[in-house]
Amino acid sequence: MVRIVDSATESDSNTRQTPAPKGKGSVAYWLVQRAMQQRELTVVLVTAFVIIYFGIVNSAFYTTANINTVVQYLASFAVIGFGEVLILVIGEIDLSAGAVYLSSPWFMYFFWKGGMPIGWAIVATMVCCAGIGMINGLITVWLNVSSLIVTLAINYALFGIVLIMSNDIQVDMPGQTGHFSIIFGVGAWSTILWAAAMGLFIWALLKRTRFGLHITATGGNLLAAAESGIRVRRVKVWCFVIISCASGFIGILDAIRIGSINPGSSGLDTTLPGIVAAVLGGTALTGGRGTIVGAALGAIFLGVLEDGFNLIGVNANWFYLAEGIMILVAMIVNTQLGTMARRFRR
Amino acid sequence: MTEAELPLVGASPTTDATLAASDVVLETVGLTKRFGAVVSLRGIDMQLRRGEVLGLVGDNGAGKSTLVKILCGFQPPDAGKMYVEGKEVSFRSVADARRFGIETVYQDLALVPQLTVAQNLFLNRELTRFGRVGWLSAGKMRKLAKNYLEDIKVEIPDIDAEAGSLSGGQRQAIAVARATRENAKILLLDEPLAAMGARESALIVDLVKDLSRNRGVSIIVIDHNYTHLFELCDRLNVIQRGRIAFDQQVKDTSVEELTKLMVSEYRRELAAGQELLEQ
Repeated sequence: MVRIVDSATESDSNTRQTPAPKGKGSVAYWLVQRAMQQRELTVVLVTAFVIIYFGIVNSAFYTTANINTVVQYLASFAVIGFGEVLILVIGEIDLSAGAVYLSSPWFMYFFWKGGMPIGWAIVATMVCCAGIGMINGLITVWLNVSSLIVTLAINYALFGIVLIMSNDIQVDMPGQTGHFSIIFGVGAWSTILWAAAMGLFIWALLKRTRFGLHITATGGNLLAAAESGIRVRRVKVWCFVIISCASGFIGILDAIRIGSINPGSSGLDTTLPGIVAAVLGGTALTGGRGTIVGAALGAIFLGVLEDGFNLIGVNANWFYLAEGIMILVAMIVNTQLGTMARRFRR
Repeated sequence: MTEAELPLVGASPTTDATLAASDVVLETVGLTKRFGAVVSLRGIDMQLRRGEVLGLVGDNGAGKSTLVKILCGFQPPDAGKMYVEGKEVSFRSVADARRFGIETVYQDLALVPQLTVAQNLFLNRELTRFGRVGWLSAGKMRKLAKNYLEDIKVEIPDIDAEAGSLSGGQRQAIAVARATRENAKILLLDEPLAAMGARESALIVDLVKDLSRNRGVSIIVIDHNYTHLFELCDRLNVIQRGRIAFDQQVKDTSVEELTKLMVSEYRRELAAGQELLEQ
């Protein structure tokens, strides 16, 4: 167990030692302390609260069909959230992820329309997504333009490209039949399983690899990271590439699941829930700290919220107001609990 | 200091003819540097011996920081030569200097507050598995970090604590430990005791002494504070007007002598300024 050495927390260490002077501490206290040390604790609590609440208000909440709907809602939030965790950890932000999510099925559609087999169309689309991420990253690190502005500009540019390519006409997605469709989007659990796989991959990347350590170092102390020889610009560009590829891929899956693509939606409506999921989960907007598990929980919170309001029949006009207030309340609870938890974390 | 350690820090280095050449790890001969019309260094002849702690003192603008920048590879000199262990060297970058075993510790630039002690010690020198995948051997690094810190007697209560949660002295100790972990031969420390309490200072003083006495690391300390320098160093060099004006073992000098030297230099400058004005 962590030993407290700071004299300022003398009173803390006293209370800790009182129950069992031999130094083991009571099991209950240990559990509370352990739980409070987890950055994701608060989001677990607010998510559990909304799940229980909607379950009580409407018994249909726990049906398989509904759970299926929820996970389909939240897959895109989660994947974009995972990407944003990396981006926030390096101290940047990516507002174009949602636009990549919406435009990638169009790229795939046109590659397919142009005669590519569907698998190759997906591969070609992923290369495009990587290219978009690279543009975001290179402009940010080499031309020193704030990533907020760069990615916002790319967000609008992609929206424009989709409108031009599509001529503002809705189309049906290819790949609607056979095993292919079951794996890539149409299967009931397809998108969430892909999202989980991507979450696991990005988690391992961030927490278990050298590259992930360099991501944290770059965001935590840019000068120290650079001074130790880490190629911080390259690390940043790679993070932009990863979020673009992840967003683009889940975009293709969602489009195949829904069956058709509509050129009229705005990317920011998809990006921002991803950022909210990451931040609710405990990722700092200031860089250096991020949790993938937290982002997953944040996405579950948002998905449950959206589904729950639909389920209990909130008037459509009231929907966004209710959602906005809930996010605000969750974040306030999160911050307050976080301040409390910090006293346990030493 | 015990008798056995004394030979390392013998008499004044410039006069000691019996000194073995191999004992000098870093030597500069006639280093000069000018920035436009301003001459910063006018021929620095400096020697640093194995296991020695050398203090660099000087007023602002005396050329102290220019000299350090040249030594750590940040800037090249205009003229003059540098030798590391008898071999002539010229550094094109900080990384270049590091290849010759010269490490610099910057106080607050060194550590990533969100990473643990062990992660900081191995920053960008991580041990990994599975080749290009770069899977971290976290347990191994943790163990090695712990052993190493024990080895150099740096007491950190928790190797898994984030660096940001430690005290200034502990952070400084870890920064120094990281610089010396991979066989640094020469260490440049910039005000290592700045803004530290007595207990904190003691930690760093002990570490610096241990590294120099027991591990043969040669250390250059740059500081304004005489008390710190007398605590840390074996020998002092005073830089005035781009030259080394004073070179003395710490045991042979005193704070009073140094202060006198500085004040007389100040008076001389005042007088020179007066003359200029009168002309």
